[in-house]
Amino acid sequence: MHFLVDVWHWLTASAQWHGGDGVPHLLANHLRVSFSSLLVAMVIAVPLGAWLGHRGVGGVVAINVANVGRAIPVYAMLVLAVQIFGITSPTGFAWTGSFVAFVPLVLLGIPPMLTNSYVGVHEVGEELVDAARGMGLSEREILRRVEFPVALPLIMAGIRTAMVGIIATATLASFTGVDTLATPIYIGLNTNDNVAVFGGAVLVAVLAVVADLALAVVQRSVVSPGLRAGHARRTRAVVPVAAAA
Amino acid sequence: MLAHAVLGNTVVGNDANSWIWWAWIPDHQHEIYAYLREHMTLTALSVLYGLLISLPLAVFASRRRAVAAVVVPVVNSLYTIPSVALLGLLLPITGTGREPAVIALTLYSLTILVRNMLEGLRGVSDDVLDAADGMGYTRWRRLLRVELPLALPAIVAGIRLATVSTIGLVTVTFIVDQGGLGRFIQDGYQRDFHTPLVVGIVLSVALAVVADLLLVRVERAVTPWRRASR
Repeated sequence: MHFLVDVWHWLTASAQWHGGDGVPHLLANHLRVSFSSLLVAMVIAVPLGAWLGHRGVGGVVAINVANVGRAIPVYAMLVLAVQIFGITSPTGFAWTGSFVAFVPLVLLGIPPMLTNSYVGVHEVGEELVDAARGMGLSEREILRRVEFPVALPLIMAGIRTAMVGIIATATLASFTGVDTLATPIYIGLNTNDNVAVFGGAVLVAVLAVVADLALAVVQRSVVSPGLRAGHARRTRAVVPVAAAA
Repeated sequence: MLAHAVLGNTVVGNDANSWIWWAWIPDHQHEIYAYLREHMTLTALSVLYGLLISLPLAVFASRRRAVAAVVVPVVNSLYTIPSVALLGLLLPITGTGREPAVIALTLYSLTILVRNMLEGLRGVSDDVLDAADGMGYTRWRRLLRVELPLALPAIVAGIRLATVSTIGLVTVTFIVDQGGLGRFIQDGYQRDFHTPLVVGIVLSVALAVVADLLLVRVERAVTPWRRASR
């Protein structure tokens, strides 16, 4: 009980909420690193996966890329990035929050979105595509106006999986000197301060859950109502959630 | 200066700055074996505990919708919690060591195992279940003799996924003074020394590949009826 009281005091201390080591700064940087890499990974993976799915080529790669990624330890990717690029971001990449975290996080985010976009578009019913073609839509219009909206539940599930994995892995980046919400955990471990470790862990867990719920709401609002009922199965990720890093 | 910069980055070489310094490997045989063993122990224990917990969960969830409505979201949300946070939450309770590592890894394995088992059990067709009922099977006997054998491919597929994911995740448990091959990765980072980092990554990926191939064999061995159709 005493321990939890200490954690409460730690969480509510005003020093925790101000300045360069404060929660607002750490959270802002965590989100900046996470969303810059998620966006870039999305711009690469979703169109590529959808196009491959439309053409029906590259399926073996698109589906297995997620399984290969699973075997590579994410912490090793972060350390490797530090040793290759050094900790300071190159000029022009300040928007990433931290270039050394950005690169591995982009690589981590691509597989679930690529796989789900491929499978989602590939599985759109042949009769639907034929009907669209018969109505005189061009191939690009078919992809954009028929296949993409129908595949959206699966694509969104892939984006959600990628985002959960990226936010989780960004916490590990605090162990390679990047400011994230997990930085108090890192400092606490090095100073044997269990209160900071536990308090930091609570903050990170809250962030992860809130981010997941937020994207669940987005997922619900962008998916066409006609696809919701009876399609519950399709909204589940094909890739069983990328590493929880 | 230029020559040094080029040589310092060669992929294969024999100085401390290159990506792999071969002489380091025989000098650290004992650590390599010890960390490899720790890596395998942590993985095996976690997947085993995960199986013991997920099997009854999946069986009950497949029989009652109300149970599934609770179990599935709970195990899914476990995966949302970053491992750094989960280990940080466990640390003040358990202290460092094998305990928090195995607890965290077991919890993560549940997400994959429960999902796959449930899918396997739900995939057994109603005709088959009716036939078993008609032959006078009791519920438990039907589960053991019909449902579980038919769900076995999905269950083994789940074990494969869980094992490969766990092997990757073990490296993070250096946070609680474990880590298996992750100890090499952490060592490489702290000393800014490439060789242990590369050794840690290569062995960890190799371990995952070998485990996956072995489990494919297990999958074939336990489902002899599928062999004929291939």
